[in-house]
Amino acid sequence: MRQETLKRPRVGLFVTCLVDLFRPTVGFASVKLLEEAGCEVEVPMAQTCCGQPAYNSGDREDTIAIATNTIKTFEEYDYIVAPSGSCAGMLRKHYPALFKDHAWEARAAAFSAKVHELMSFLVDVMGVDAVSAAREGNVTYHDSCSGLRELGIREQPRRLLGSVLGLKLKELKDSDVCCGFGGTFCVKYPDISNKIVEEKAANIQASGADTLLAGDLGCLMNMAGKLQRQGADIEVRHVAEVLAGMDDGPAIGGGER
Amino acid sequence: MQISSPAFKTNARGALADPHLQEALGHVRSGFIDKRQKAVDALPEFDALRESARAIKDHTLAHLDLYLEAYEEKVKASGGHVHWAETAADARSVILDICRAVGARTVTKGKSMITEEIGLNEFFEKEGIRPVETDLGEYIIQLRGEHPSHIIAPAVHLTRDQVEADFRRAHNHLPPTRDLTEPASLLSEAREVLRAQYFAADVGITGANFLVAETGSSIIVTNEGNGDLTQILPRVHIVVASIEKIVPTLADASQILRVLARSATGQEMSVYTTVSTGPRRPEDPDGPDEYHVVLLDNGRSSMLGTEFQDMLRCIRCGACMNHCPIYHAVGGHAYGWVYPGPMGAVLTPSLIGVDKAGHLPNASTFCGRCEAVCPMHIPLPKMMRHWREREFARGLNPATQRYGLKAWAFFARRPRLYRLAASFAIPALSAFGGARRRFRYLPFAGGWTRHRDLPAPESRTFLQQWRDRETRKQEART
Amino acid sequence: MSAREAILNKVRSSLGTAPSDAARAETVAKRLADAPAGVIPARGQLADKERVALFCEMAEKVSATIDRVKKPADVPKAVSTYLRARNLPASVRMGADERLRAMPWSGVKSLEVKSGRADPEDEVGVSHALAGVAESGTIALHSGTDNPTTVNFLPEHHIVVVDAKDIAGDLETVLSGLRQRFGKGKMPRTLNLITGPSRSADIQQTLLLGAHGPRALHLIVINGG
Repeated sequence: MRQETLKRPRVGLFVTCLVDLFRPTVGFASVKLLEEAGCEVEVPMAQTCCGQPAYNSGDREDTIAIATNTIKTFEEYDYIVAPSGSCAGMLRKHYPALFKDHAWEARAAAFSAKVHELMSFLVDVMGVDAVSAAREGNVTYHDSCSGLRELGIREQPRRLLGSVLGLKLKELKDSDVCCGFGGTFCVKYPDISNKIVEEKAANIQASGADTLLAGDLGCLMNMAGKLQRQGADIEVRHVAEVLAGMDDGPAIGGGER
Repeated sequence: MQISSPAFKTNARGALADPHLQEALGHVRSGFIDKRQKAVDALPEFDALRESARAIKDHTLAHLDLYLEAYEEKVKASGGHVHWAETAADARSVILDICRAVGARTVTKGKSMITEEIGLNEFFEKEGIRPVETDLGEYIIQLRGEHPSHIIAPAVHLTRDQVEADFRRAHNHLPPTRDLTEPASLLSEAREVLRAQYFAADVGITGANFLVAETGSSIIVTNEGNGDLTQILPRVHIVVASIEKIVPTLADASQILRVLARSATGQEMSVYTTVSTGPRRPEDPDGPDEYHVVLLDNGRSSMLGTEFQDMLRCIRCGACMNHCPIYHAVGGHAYGWVYPGPMGAVLTPSLIGVDKAGHLPNASTFCGRCEAVCPMHIPLPKMMRHWREREFARGLNPATQRYGLKAWAFFARRPRLYRLAASFAIPALSAFGGARRRFRYLPFAGGWTRHRDLPAPESRTFLQQWRDRETRKQEART
Repeated sequence: MSAREAILNKVRSSLGTAPSDAARAETVAKRLADAPAGVIPARGQLADKERVALFCEMAEKVSATIDRVKKPADVPKAVSTYLRARNLPASVRMGADERLRAMPWSGVKSLEVKSGRADPEDEVGVSHALAGVAESGTIALHSGTDNPTTVNFLPEHHIVVVDAKDIAGDLETVLSGLRQRFGKGKMPRTLNLITGPSRSADIQQTLLLGAHGPRALHLIVINGG
């Protein structure tokens, strides 16, 4: 437990463009988890996107412009937290490379050092090891690529899920294999992406879980979209929704059949 | 070989629709990955060896000119010949001259990707020399008139049934009653046929996993023993190797050998690691009379000193493709040239140009698994991104993608405008999703909705809702 | 300009160096002279008995078979036992290795010992290993009249005699032994490091023994018991 005498860290929530546009619940769940962990959370209005679509398309100029805006908007906070391994990876690992030999090199490095993915921030920085949520049922968890391989996120969400009352984690076969989303990849090479997400969907269905969780909305929308196209009866949610106890609304893409 | 990399998308669709290929690719997914992991887990020093291997290659590349000179001197001292070739065509003509000088009609070949790169087999056939591939996988695809689909398992795209059919067609001395239903019987048949070829050959050609500057040796690593029969039985042994295969010493080669087999097949060591130095000595009862090394550049010297230099550390283990979801989905031939998978996605544009190979570095989800398993720590995704940057700078990617990206970036660079646009578009799209809360089809999102539903936005954007909440809080306070 | 010069010039210009750079030349010369060992796995660094045991264990893991005998004189009988157990003809091919030649082959009835390089008809070859590597169960052999390289590859069965005292913990030790024997920077025509019998997994990832080289590798370890 943090001592009350310590100043509450000021956290800037980088909500990510997908959460902002498609799944605000994840944003509110993140705020709740961060506040419960003792943070003072602010959401600067000037944020847009981390710049990955441009960065991964080879458009350096736009990426730098977007990254400059992000750094300016967030550098005043003690920490910058994003509910996405992919976006946090971009801010933490790729910004420094992007600004190498640039006037903003030191500024970018200082910013990046303060960036964390939500699960990792809660467990590794704030020392959270349990949440107060409850959910009956079997869930399975997909390790999104950037979070897993760029930021080493694997045990943190599992530890927190382990504290959710009534929840049972059924490990997913090949949970560390890409779901086929890959940002713009999934629309540039839809047939290959489909083949990959088909394999993923088959593993999800074979896991015996009624709910699929992950820490990245892009992957979640991809897997949810495939499962729903197949008519599978599996709820898909961001892990933060369950941990914050905000999992009573409709699931991702989950409406009437 | 003919380049079909520009048709990657078409190739990929064909591959996805090919049931034989899909069955065969299932063996890649199950075969290599677990074996590698087991071998890695069994050696506590594996990561330290990776670091050591990387440092050796980085050091060598930084001093490549000097090591090449030192190597050449040692080869000469042991009675061998070194031939330098700037291009694939130069290498072919050097090799042809050596073969012509001994009146060669049949040439046996050990498995070598570099001779694929220079298109040696097609060239030999045109020149009236018969090339015989001796590696079982290479032999199978030679029967089929194909190229390798994997750098260490050339026939990994085929099922046993297909191989049996090829053997029946090509080995027409076989009685129909001869049982070929087991892989073992296919192997025996190939062994028998190829034994005769080793003795018939005038020249044996192998690649090299390493060239050792300390001793002037070439090293090949194989499991079948075909490379050895190829190089000890004919009168002439030609080694074809690219310039980055150099390592300083035998001790350095030993370091890299420890990560090579483990990463490739999950073996501790491949069965045969053979160090060859010059031709047979006067007292030797066997071995070739002549030993030639063809040192090929073919674009590698221009990769030095660039953001692609790290690619020259590659030791061709194949771990990147064994762990690649794209390779698993479409196999190696879809990549359209010699080198498939992540290493091919980086190397191919260097060798044939990004204008032809542009799809390759794009066809990646950047999942990073290739880099995670690469024994030489080659940052493959980063280098694919560098290719995308060069492609973008030259305006080589499709106009629709460029304009789409530019339109999106226009908003992403302007937060107020971005918020304003989103505050109109998102609630509308959300409402349009209806009670199903997802789309089965959406204009301009066909790439997505062809194969999966698109979840609809929940409601208004998070930023809209947050601002309202903050405003309400503010009002409550005042 | 020759291709050699053209390539070396391109390499130098890409690296931004000049051939006259003495510091680089010195670095390279030193590295070649010192041949520093890198990371040596702890696995093989064992006392004599355990090292030999590890060698046998690793070799068996890769499908070699092992026989341990007390002294060199026991080898011909061990070979004969191997041949009979597998219904092989009583004929072996071997080179001029004095250690092999000194063994009492005539004591084994009707065993034909052919000398010189191997023929395609030979079913069994016998070699004496230069060394063994415990770390990986590898044997090292080098070319020459003593143990012709063809004997390692043409026969279907390869029997290799390994003296326990020649079994090293790691590959580097074997290579430095070779360096002492042949002189720094010099090598025999061929050095074979062999780890198990020949194999292929090229058809549907099914592992099969005996691709082009020997189907069976039998190691007779002297004084390893």
